[in-house]
Parts: sequence; C-alpha cells; structure tokens
Amino acid sequence: MAQFTLPKNSKITQGKVFKAANGAGNVKRFKIYRWDPDSGDNPRTDTYEIDMDDCGPMVLDALLKIKNEVDSTLTLRRSCREGICGSCAMNIDGTNTLACTKPIADVKGDVKVYPLPHMPVVKDLVPDMTHFYAQYASIKPWIQTSSVAPADKERLQSKEDREKLDGLYECILCACCSTSCPSYWWNSDRYLGPAILLQSYRWLVDSRDEATGERLDELEDPFRLYRCHTIMNCAKTCPKSLNPAKAIAEIKKMLATRQGV
Amino acid sequence: MNLVHPLAKVIGRGSAKSGVHHWWMQRLTAIALVPLTLWVVFGLYALAGAEFSTVRAWVADPWHAALLIAWVLAMLHHAQLGLQVVVEDYVHVPWAEITLHILIKFAAILGMIVAVLSIARVVLGGSQ
Repeated sequence: MAQFTLPKNSKITQGKVFKAANGAGNVKRFKIYRWDPDSGDNPRTDTYEIDMDDCGPMVLDALLKIKNEVDSTLTLRRSCREGICGSCAMNIDGTNTLACTKPIADVKGDVKVYPLPHMPVVKDLVPDMTHFYAQYASIKPWIQTSSVAPADKERLQSKEDREKLDGLYECILCACCSTSCPSYWWNSDRYLGPAILLQSYRWLVDSRDEATGERLDELEDPFRLYRCHTIMNCAKTCPKSLNPAKAIAEIKKMLATRQGV
Repeated sequence: MNLVHPLAKVIGRGSAKSGVHHWWMQRLTAIALVPLTLWVVFGLYALAGAEFSTVRAWVADPWHAALLIAWVLAMLHHAQLGLQVVVEDYVHVPWAEITLHILIKFAAILGMIVAVLSIARVVLGGSQ
C-alpha cells in the first residue's frame, strides 16, 4: 500500500540552534533539514538565525552564508545561482522551487528548507536523482531522423514550427514538478512524471524529429503516461512558470487522435 | 546490492502500448453522465411523493426506461474505470491489487445486469 507515515528511522527530530550574533537587528530564522548517512542518526531540523542586514536577498544567499560562516557541514547542490542550471531545487516554505531565485522576503515567518519531497536523500538537501535522470535517458531526448540530412546546411525549421517549442525548451530539469506530483510520489518506479513527459512532448512537436510514432508507442502505457490525473501541482510549482500538465494533455490528445477514437 | 542499471529499471518490461481506450472511455462516460444525471435528478425530484403507480408508469415509458438504462450503464462503467485507477495508484500489494480489480469488475457487471433486468421487468410488466 501507499505509505503515509515516515518509517521510524526517517522521523525528523529537533536539531541544534545557531543563534545570531549579539546586536543583530534584522534576524530571520532558517529551519533546515539535516541528515548525515554516516552518523546513523535520524534526520533533524537545525535552526540558523541570520542577520538579514548582512545577507543577500535569495534563499541560496542565506544557505551559502550559513555554509561559509556558520556551519560548513551543511550540504547542498548549487551551481549557476541564477535559475538556469536547476541544481539548487529544494522545498522552501512548503513549495518546490529554486533556492537561487526564491526571495527570502517572500517567506512569512521562519524559512523552512527541505530536500525535494519523496526522493532518496544522499545528504542534507541533496536528493538522489539517479532514477529521474534514467527516466530522462529512457525517452531518448535527442533528435531522431530517418531522412538523409541536407548536405550543405542544417535541418531547417519554419518560424511557426520553432514557436511550438516555446514553453518547452526552457525546462531546466530541476525536478521541482515531478517531485511535487502525488502520482510521482506513489508510482515513480513506472510513471515518468511531469518533467520527463514535458521533455517527451518537446521532441514530439519538434518538426525536425522523425520518430514521433515510436515515441508515442513508448509513451502509451497506463503507468508511464496515464498516471497523470491532472492534479496540476507541476504547473503550480514550476520555477520557470512552465505548464507540464498541458504538455501531458497534448500527448494524450496526440495518442487519442492518432487512432481515431 | 542491486547491480541492475538504472536505465534497465526504467525500461522494465517496456510499454504496454495501451491506455488510450481506458482514457477515452472514462471521458466518454463522463460526458454522457452530465446530461443523464441531471435528467435523473430532476426526473426523480418531480416524482417525489408521487403514488407508486405513477412512478412505475414513469419508469415504464420506453424513453424513460432507455435513458435510465443508459444512465446506469454509463455510471457503473465510469465507476469501474475510476476505481481501477485508484487501485492502480495506491494498492501495491500484488494479491490485494488483483483481488480488488476482480471484485470491482464483478460488482460493476453484476450491478449492470441487476439494473437492466429491473428496469426491463417494469417496462414489460406494464404500467399498473
């Protein structure tokens, strides 16, 4: 059955409190999920008090300040710090988003920071993305053609056909949408999830791709595709304001009209 | 230690190459149920407090009987399709899953037979 409570060794306990320095005026509290696989301890939430007068505006600024100045054991992924790499995807204030583009000022009260939901945790805020990336690889996310390539130029695309990729190519595969989806929580072993299905659609509508039929064959499956029940968490949480639910609906329409229901 | 490659796990037994029919029937029955359910609700509301013979005569009307059968069949088919999805979503114990699938399908089919026979009996039995 679906598991609705955490197993005993995953129950989260109260951790340490790191007080702000005396005289700090503008204090914000960050409650951060911590888990160290080597310690054998249960996960805990550590509380860090940060002087906002001496900190950048985004949640990532605060996390890096903590790591640099308060507690170097805090583990997280980050790279571009400007919303294009997707590395710092995590659950902030109850919503999956990118720490680098989430303003601290948007959060009322304490800032609660957890790893992406329902993923195996490697350490602290770092989830194990192995399965997610394998799912991405499974849809063959590259152009597939059978016609002979033009000898002296690229495979061209009309302006209108190129516009069909808008709202799809911007996806950075941060996994915020997939890990916000209850269907993905319960059935991610077989359900591809919103991120990978949006990527599938990106290749299905590419006018240069010639494997549309094979791609649709691979997707027509009660679990791979049809676990989507239009819950819409994906569109709500996407930090790039994309709409994976619409892409999934378009795939369902392509499948239905292909066989002439 | 699990030495199966992550990609092999995802590929699994491959695509079932089905699902469109289930999805389309769920939508089709939903579309049918909107007008049919409204008609049943308002029809029965108008009959509230009526004599037994009046209600029986209402059901025995060929159009009423046809639409009632259509409503029951669409509803039970829709319910079966929906419950199947719920079981697929949440029940991951193989024996429980197959047992529930069997029970849900049997219950839906039995319900259809009982409903159609009951309405037919009223129609064929006259309106007195």
